[in-house]
Amino acid sequence: MAKVLLKGNEALAEAALAAGCRFYSGYPITPQTEILEYLSWRMEDVGGEFIQAESELAGINMVLGAAAAGARALTTSSGPGFSLKQEGISYLVAADLPAVIVDVMRIGTGLGDISQGQGDYWQLTRGGGHGDYRTLVLAPDSVQENADMMAEAFDLAEKYRHPVLIASDAAIGQMIEAVEIPEFIEHDIDKFDWTIKGCKKGTEQRKIQNIYYTHPDYETYLADKYAEMEEQEQRYENIQVEDAELVLVAYGISSRVCREAVEAARAEGLKLGLIRPVTLWPFPVKAFEEAKAAKAFLTVEMNILGQMVDDVKLATCGKYPVDHYGSIFEIPEYDGIIEKAKEMLKKGEV
Amino acid sequence: MRLVAPETVTFTESGFCPGCGHGLAVRLIAEVMEEMGLSEKLLTIVDVACGSLNIDSWRFDTIMAAHGRPIATAVGVKKVRPENPVMAYIGDGAAYSIGLAETMHTALRNDNVVTVVINNSLYGMTGGQCAPTSLPGQITTSTPRGKDTKKAGMPFRVEEAFTGFDIAYLARGSMADARGMIQSKKYLQKAFEKHMNGEGFCLVELLSACPTNLNITPVKSVERIKNDMIPYFPLGEFKDKKEEE
Ligand SMILES: Cc1ncc(C[n+]2csc(CCOP(=O)(O)OP(=O)(O)O)c2C)c(N)n1
Ligand code: SF4
Ligand SMILES: [Mg+2]
Repeated sequence: MAKVLLKGNEALAEAALAAGCRFYSGYPITPQTEILEYLSWRMEDVGGEFIQAESELAGINMVLGAAAAGARALTTSSGPGFSLKQEGISYLVAADLPAVIVDVMRIGTGLGDISQGQGDYWQLTRGGGHGDYRTLVLAPDSVQENADMMAEAFDLAEKYRHPVLIASDAAIGQMIEAVEIPEFIEHDIDKFDWTIKGCKKGTEQRKIQNIYYTHPDYETYLADKYAEMEEQEQRYENIQVEDAELVLVAYGISSRVCREAVEAARAEGLKLGLIRPVTLWPFPVKAFEEAKAAKAFLTVEMNILGQMVDDVKLATCGKYPVDHYGSIFEIPEYDGIIEKAKEMLKKGEV
Repeated sequence: MRLVAPETVTFTESGFCPGCGHGLAVRLIAEVMEEMGLSEKLLTIVDVACGSLNIDSWRFDTIMAAHGRPIATAVGVKKVRPENPVMAYIGDGAAYSIGLAETMHTALRNDNVVTVVINNSLYGMTGGQCAPTSLPGQITTSTPRGKDTKKAGMPFRVEEAFTGFDIAYLARGSMADARGMIQSKKYLQKAFEKHMNGEGFCLVELLSACPTNLNITPVKSVERIKNDMIPYFPLGEFKDKKEEE
C-alpha cells in the first residue's frame, strides 16, 4: 500500500480495521477523540460495529462482551476516561479475554489538561485496576508505529488471552506523518472454541468468568503466563548504547527528542546512547545488557515524579545512578537533556 | 406448570438458598428457551450478584460480568452475534442502582437485548442492604431503623422511568405462586419473541423472594411479595410496542 498523510489517531483507527477489528465502543475525550470520530463512519464502511457509549464504563464492558463473543474489539480513551476503564480491564484479565485498549495520554492528575503527557506510566505498567495482574503495554513513537502496533497488539492479546494496552500520547496522536497502513486481514469470530456462540446439546458449556473459579491449577497457570510474557515479549530499540557513557531511557514522544540529543551530544564528543522501551511492560531488561560502558542512566519523561526510574534501577540491579529529566508543560528540549547528562557525568557520583 | 425441568437446567452446583426467586427464574427461562427452540443458541450475561450462580445452574454459554454492567456487555455480545438470542440477567441493585446508566442508555438506543431483572427489594449477595427498590420502612442491614423515604426516596418503579423510551417491551411478573409464574413465563416468552423479531429492548422484571436476607421463612417471603410488593410494584405489561402501533 502507498504512503498517505494521516494523523496519528486516524492511522491507529484505520490500522485497527486492517487488523480485523470489527467492534469499537468509546467515549469522547481529548486528545483521543479523532479515533472515535474516524471509526464512527469508517467502521460502518467495513461492516463492523461502532457504538458511542454512554460512558467509558459502559464502553469497556461492551468491549468485554464483544471479545467474549469472538470479535477483535477495541476501545480508546485518555486520562480520566482511561481510569474509568480500569475495572473492566481487571475483569478482562480475570476472564482471560483478549482486547486492545488505547490510552492517548494527556498531562496531569485529576482532569489534568489536554496536552501531551506521560503521567500514566505507573497506571499502565502496574495493572491500573484492582488485583494481581499486569498487561502488555506497547508504546509507539510515531504515526507509523501507531499503525504497525495494532495488528501486533491484537495478535499478542489472542496469543495470551489477555488485554493489551497501547500507550500513545497527545503528540503522537495529533501529529501528521506519512504512513503506510498494513494490509487488511480477515478475522474469524469462530477462530477460537472458547468464544461464546451457543451451547449445543451434549457439548460443554462455555463459561466466561474469573478463571480463579475454574482453573484446576490457577496459581501455576498465572505465574507461568506472566513469566512467559516477560521472557518472550520484551521489545526495545537501542541507539548507540554499546559505547555510551550515559544512557538515556525514553519512550514515545520523549524518545524522539532523545534521538536528537544523542546525535547532537556525539557531535560534540559526548557519548550518549538511548534505550527506547517499545514494551513498557514487560520492561525491556534485556536492552540494558548492551550498556557495557555506561556510568549512569537518565530517564526522559513527560512527568514530574520520574515514573520509569524504578524500572531502570531494577533493570540495572541498582548498580548505577539513575536520574530523571522531566518536563510537563512542553515536550523536553534536547539541549536541556544534554546539559543534565553533562551535570550527571561531572558529578563525583559517576 | 411443567413437572420435568428442561435438560439445560443443571443445578448441580447451584447455591441458591431455599425459596430463592433466582432458582425459579432459571427454570422459567430454560423452559421458554426449550419451547422456542432457542436452547442451543442463547447467550447469557449474568451479574456478579446472586444471579451469578446461574452460570452453574443452566447450560447456556454465559459471561459473568461486572456488577451493574451485564446489559452493556450484552450489547457488545449482540453486535457481534446478531443471530443469537442474548439475555442480560441481573438484580434490582445492578439494574436500577449501579448500572442504571447502562440500563437507561440501552433502552434509549432500543438495543436488541433481553434484560431480566430479579427484583427482591434488596442487595441479596452482599447480605441484604437497602436497594433503590426497598419498600418504605423496610428493615435492611443498612436501614436498621427502616428505610426512610425522606432520605432514600421512594422505591424505583421501572415503568415510571422507562415507558417514555421507544423500547419494544416492558413487563413485570411475580414469582410468588404458580399463577404468577405462569404469567411471568408468558412475559418472558413475549420478550424473546420480540427479541428474535429484532424489535429492540425488552425488559422483564420478576418480583422475587429472598428469605435469607429478609430473615423470614420461604412461605412468609412469598406472602410478602403478594401483600407488600405487588401493591407497590403492579404486575402487567407496561410497554408493548407492536400492539401500540
Ligand atoms: C463495583 C462493585 N460494587 C459493589 C460490589 C458488591 N456487590 C456485589 S452484588 C451487590 C448487590 C447485589 O444486589 P442485586 O443487584 O439486587 O442482586 P441480588 O444479589 O439481590 O440478586 C453488591 C453491592 C461489586 N461486586 N462490585
Ligand atoms: S441471598 Fe437471597 S437472593 Fe441470594 S441466593 Fe439467597 S435467597 Fe437468593
Ligand atoms: Mg436484589
